[in-house]
Amino acid sequence: MILKPRLEDFKVIGYYLGKVIIGLGLTMMLPLVIGLAFCEINPSLDFALSIEIALLAGLLLVKVFDTEKDLNWMQGMIVVSLSWLAAAALGAIPLYLSGHWKSFLDACFDAMSGFATTGLTLCQNIDSLSYAHNFWRHLIMFIGGQGIVIVALSLFVKGLAGAFKMYVGEARDERVLPNVINTARFIWIVSIVYLVLGTLALGITGLLAGMKPVNAFFHGTCIFMAAFDTGGFAPQSQNILYYHSPAYEIITISIMILGALNFKLHYHLWMGNPKEIFKNIETRTLFITVMLTFFITAIGLDKLGVYPQVIALFRKGFYHLISAHTGTGYATIYAKQFINEWGDLALLGIIIAMALGGAVCSTTGGIKMLRLGIVVKALLQDIKKIILPERAIAVQKFHHIKEVFLEDKQVRPALIITLSYLVLYSFGALVGMFCGYPFLNSLFESTSAAANVGLSCGITDTAMPTVLKATYIFQMWAGRLEFMSVFTLLGVFVGAIRGKK
Amino acid sequence: MKKNFCAILFLFLFLSPRLGFGQPISSTELINKAKEYDNKTVTYSGEAVGDVMRRGEFAWVNAFDGVSAIGIWLSEDKAKGINFTGSFKSAGDIIEVEGVFHRACKEHGGDLDIHAASLKKIKDGSVVREVVNKRKRITTLILLGVLCLALIWTQLKIK
Repeated sequence: MILKPRLEDFKVIGYYLGKVIIGLGLTMMLPLVIGLAFCEINPSLDFALSIEIALLAGLLLVKVFDTEKDLNWMQGMIVVSLSWLAAAALGAIPLYLSGHWKSFLDACFDAMSGFATTGLTLCQNIDSLSYAHNFWRHLIMFIGGQGIVIVALSLFVKGLAGAFKMYVGEARDERVLPNVINTARFIWIVSIVYLVLGTLALGITGLLAGMKPVNAFFHGTCIFMAAFDTGGFAPQSQNILYYHSPAYEIITISIMILGALNFKLHYHLWMGNPKEIFKNIETRTLFITVMLTFFITAIGLDKLGVYPQVIALFRKGFYHLISAHTGTGYATIYAKQFINEWGDLALLGIIIAMALGGAVCSTTGGIKMLRLGIVVKALLQDIKKIILPERAIAVQKFHHIKEVFLEDKQVRPALIITLSYLVLYSFGALVGMFCGYPFLNSLFESTSAAANVGLSCGITDTAMPTVLKATYIFQMWAGRLEFMSVFTLLGVFVGAIRGKK
Repeated sequence: MKKNFCAILFLFLFLSPRLGFGQPISSTELINKAKEYDNKTVTYSGEAVGDVMRRGEFAWVNAFDGVSAIGIWLSEDKAKGINFTGSFKSAGDIIEVEGVFHRACKEHGGDLDIHAASLKKIKDGSVVREVVNKRKRITTLILLGVLCLALIWTQLKIK
């Protein structure tokens, strides 16, 4: 039986949605400051306007739906799913006003791509984009990677008991610390420390590569934000190829891998427990799947002789494999080269890597290593049960921060989410084929969007059909939130129409 | 005879600025037919964007032809001729280069690039003067007023 949502539900949802929107509006102050610092007048006006719109919308919601009630599970999930849609729409305003996006839908596409840390873009002439807009494109990846609601939680909300519900709604089902607010703050501290170190490393590398000091450090900041949050935007149209620098590639690989690790693992590394990295099921699974998918990709590239030298094969093959597996989407080749040169086998290796993703409680998308590890362990357990005598008990354990006995309660959600991702990948591929694109191209782009990767084989373009743009926006949104809050929103819609009072 | 002479004269005058360079090939053509053009001498034209990145006696310049930008590897003294590069504040020099196109450059780890033997500046770049958008300015001021009123309204309601 589905219940009709009550007026009280809308009130609580509206109130917290308003708070998140106010938080989002305040984050736009940063690109405004950047715009003013670089004396960019029109871009500064774009952000001033957007801040005003966001604050007005947020204040209106908070006042109209003023309540002191805390969130229940359903409301928390709805707030999260609606917050991400609102963020995409509001975040798109300054982008659209810049004139670098052909339509508001295109700007929404990029805003969702940024917040969901995907990296697919419909921006026109990125090379002449202002510092303010470029900074915003990368900042939304940083905010989205941490979680839009987490930003609001850690900065603007004090002692909220319903916080955990929104935290879970943003696909973060693991708490690093017992208190969810402290967890959110820990995630911020980790990210900001790495931001300083990463920006320095990339900035100095940029300087050595011949860039102007301002650009070297500006690019360093932007690239770090997009790499650590496994986003994939870059300040120039050629993405990482622009730098023509092996050192830049090595540093971005390291940052992408850091971003793909579980924040719980970061916590243990910070607390002086490096052994956890070698024992953890996620890092072990990640290592195995990286090796396997790289093997497939390398064989594919070698068979076609795409790169005549081993070093070039490794540099291109491994870079894109890591970029795909961590869900970042950084590239040092042109989108069309994937289809024109790489061949089916290498593309399959990249598609599998994109579909699998990184660790849970990280900023990556896709199925994720913990779930894959659990599903494989469950399969092994079932095989053991068949092989062993009937009286024997097949016990399966795995190490994830602590030793855990495998039970059905872990296998079931892992399988449900895995299945949901596979359906989402197939759905996008099907829509792509309906729009006239070949199977492999459609599957590549669909997996990239749904797993929040951002590598493109050339389909993502302003000229692509509107239905495909809408499909990819939906995929990026549902994939980033890992379905539960999206399913809840759909359930509430059904409940509002067909539910009982 | 007179007709032929006029035609030759016209072609000479029209093409004289391009002497020594073939017809430029677009980035789309080079990327889509990379295997065909691999290791062949090509002419490519585009706006120099981003930074001119000096690497010892050589430099990287990325040239954008309206669709994609391609990396040009050229000697540092040739790169010195580039005064403006495309960004929000400036329109970059339009350059035309002739050089060897590489689908997967052996020297640069498999990058798609052009090793330029010669560079010609087609058009000088310039500083872009920003004109303030009046509509944006007025809307910002109006919304600022509305926001102030909304803030006062919310404060009054609370009290």
